[in-house]
Amino acid sequence: MLPQQTQHILCAAMIQRPLQPTGIPMRHDVRLLPVLVVLCIAACADSEVDGGPPGPPRPVPTPLVQIDGSSTVYPVTEAVAEEFQARRGGRVRVTVGVSGTGGGFKKFCRGETQISNASRPILEQEIQACAAAGVRYIELPVAFDALTVVVNPQNTWIDSISIEELATMWRPEAQGTVSKWSDVNPSWPGHPLRLFGPGADSGTFDYFTEATVGKAKSSRGDFTASEDDNVLVTGIANDANALGFFGLAYYSENRDRLRALAIRNGSGPAVAPSLQSVADGSYTPLSRPIFIYANADAVNRRPELREFVEFYLTHAQDLIREVGYVPLPDEAYQLALARLSRGDTGSVFEGHSEVGVRVEELLQRTPK
Amino acid sequence: MEPGTHDLRVLIGRQRLCDVLFEGLGAFMLLMSLFILAALFINLAIEGLARLQPDFFLDFPSRRAGQAGILSAWVGSVLVMLVTAAAALPVGVAAGIWLEEYAPKNWLTDVVEINVTNLAGVPSIIYGLLALGLLVHQFRLGESILTAGLTLGMMILPVVIVSTREAIRAVPQTIREAAYGLGASRWRVTRDHVLPYSVAGILTGVIIGLSRAIGETAPIITIGALTFIAFLPPAPVSAVPPFINFEWLSSPFTVLPIQMFNWISRPDPAFQSNAAAAGLVLVILTLFMNAMAIWLRYRARKRIKW
Repeated sequence: MLPQQTQHILCAAMIQRPLQPTGIPMRHDVRLLPVLVVLCIAACADSEVDGGPPGPPRPVPTPLVQIDGSSTVYPVTEAVAEEFQARRGGRVRVTVGVSGTGGGFKKFCRGETQISNASRPILEQEIQACAAAGVRYIELPVAFDALTVVVNPQNTWIDSISIEELATMWRPEAQGTVSKWSDVNPSWPGHPLRLFGPGADSGTFDYFTEATVGKAKSSRGDFTASEDDNVLVTGIANDANALGFFGLAYYSENRDRLRALAIRNGSGPAVAPSLQSVADGSYTPLSRPIFIYANADAVNRRPELREFVEFYLTHAQDLIREVGYVPLPDEAYQLALARLSRGDTGSVFEGHSEVGVRVEELLQRTPK
Repeated sequence: MEPGTHDLRVLIGRQRLCDVLFEGLGAFMLLMSLFILAALFINLAIEGLARLQPDFFLDFPSRRAGQAGILSAWVGSVLVMLVTAAAALPVGVAAGIWLEEYAPKNWLTDVVEINVTNLAGVPSIIYGLLALGLLVHQFRLGESILTAGLTLGMMILPVVIVSTREAIRAVPQTIREAAYGLGASRWRVTRDHVLPYSVAGILTGVIIGLSRAIGETAPIITIGALTFIAFLPPAPVSAVPPFINFEWLSSPFTVLPIQMFNWISRPDPAFQSNAAAAGLVLVILTLFMNAMAIWLRYRARKRIKW
């Protein structure tokens, strides 16, 4: 790599038209000009990106907060990022990506992002990857995500469904044997049963299978899977015999085309999904907290990052309602802020998710 | 003689029928594809036209569909295309010239040629994976405009090389021979005759490559382009010395297809019309670029006088 000064001189020399001995500029060389300019750009740009030798003093760049991870958490973080940047008048830049919970943790543990969106707790493997890279993190629940089981409005035979019935429908053994509604419950009609759900890569799928069948990712394979929840909405809205599941926000926006089922857990009463039932913990086990993980060292080192996380936890409630998610109880945000100010690092889950735990309880545990 | 003429007439009649049938089939196929294109375009227009206000181009993305715009997306797309062109044009044209004018005909150049042609058919996601490993992780260029531009540059390189070669090949051999006859060196022949005559074809190839690149989503997602960006990269020109800076090259960015993709998967149906409007902008941009290619070719052809 040439020193930047030399590069500039070289570039200037290259752009100047060479003179013929007579002093008349050569006509044809003008054609090469664009090429030379491009080469100069490439040469100069190189040193810029590599960090190269220091050139003339530059203004301090605007601080950048990098966030990536789950698509489920994305709408919440996006709303917070938008509001935070607006309030700071562009003095802090925030980027939010959608790499999925797993992809987000990969970047987070490499130190490429300062905050990771996660729709499930960090897994053992990811804990080890972060530990190996020396990345310590603060685990902060930010909202609830409620899975909604929906049917077509023309479905007349069902208002609620039990977790056992969902398990019968979705477990791997059901493939090829449970193909009619009456196969699940003899009091239902003999219509064909057509199932819709998110693809196997999504955290939503993991959580649904864990909460119903009892083991994450354990499911029949013969259902219509799509990573795009709007495809599921359209599919179920057009098929009277369909049943499917996805996040509450997608149901809220499509109430006129879909009908949500109340869920019976064990001997308890049927509970319909709603902001109320999710917030007070009665819509169980199909609701779960979603998280952000903040890089602990970066939070301590960078005031704007700490401000962002504090802003997240203090303003989340209103913003979360606006994007169709369910906010945590007040107390939970207070506990989360306390955890942030104490700087407690680690996860309370010990590397595996749990079904049906109250969020206040999670926040009162000591993370390891 | 009589039956012979009759047979001939029948034969000709049959051939004419085939002609007419084939003509009809061809026209039908053309109409079909035009109809599909028009249907897609009209569908996008019906859904998205209402959103195509000036604000839409001047607003950042937002959680509220009505306030969301494509400012960061179109600026990102334009800057990425700039880097793509700057990367693919010199390398592609130089490679094309070398292969056509300089390269010896042996097994090595055969291998190079076959590989270039094959590269044109490699799925774009492969370029994304290559860029993720090489540019993002190895060279540590990050998820920047530079990375995206170089990735797409690599992707359209085969198109540029192939179209350069074809354009050069269309220059009559007699022109070269005449120039050599006057004592011109190979470089002078290439620079003063071959390149000026083939520039239209080369530009067409570059622009067609770029209009493919601008709609490309898969490789950009693979290198990890971000979805929510509510700021612009640093301006390339400034009022204080040194007037030009290249910080924008390392800036995070988003592009139109990614913004569209993000809006399509939103629960709020209002975002669907945003996505349609962004799609409309993308289609118009592509059509505009292709029109520019046609115009450039027309203009350059008019200038050539052999």
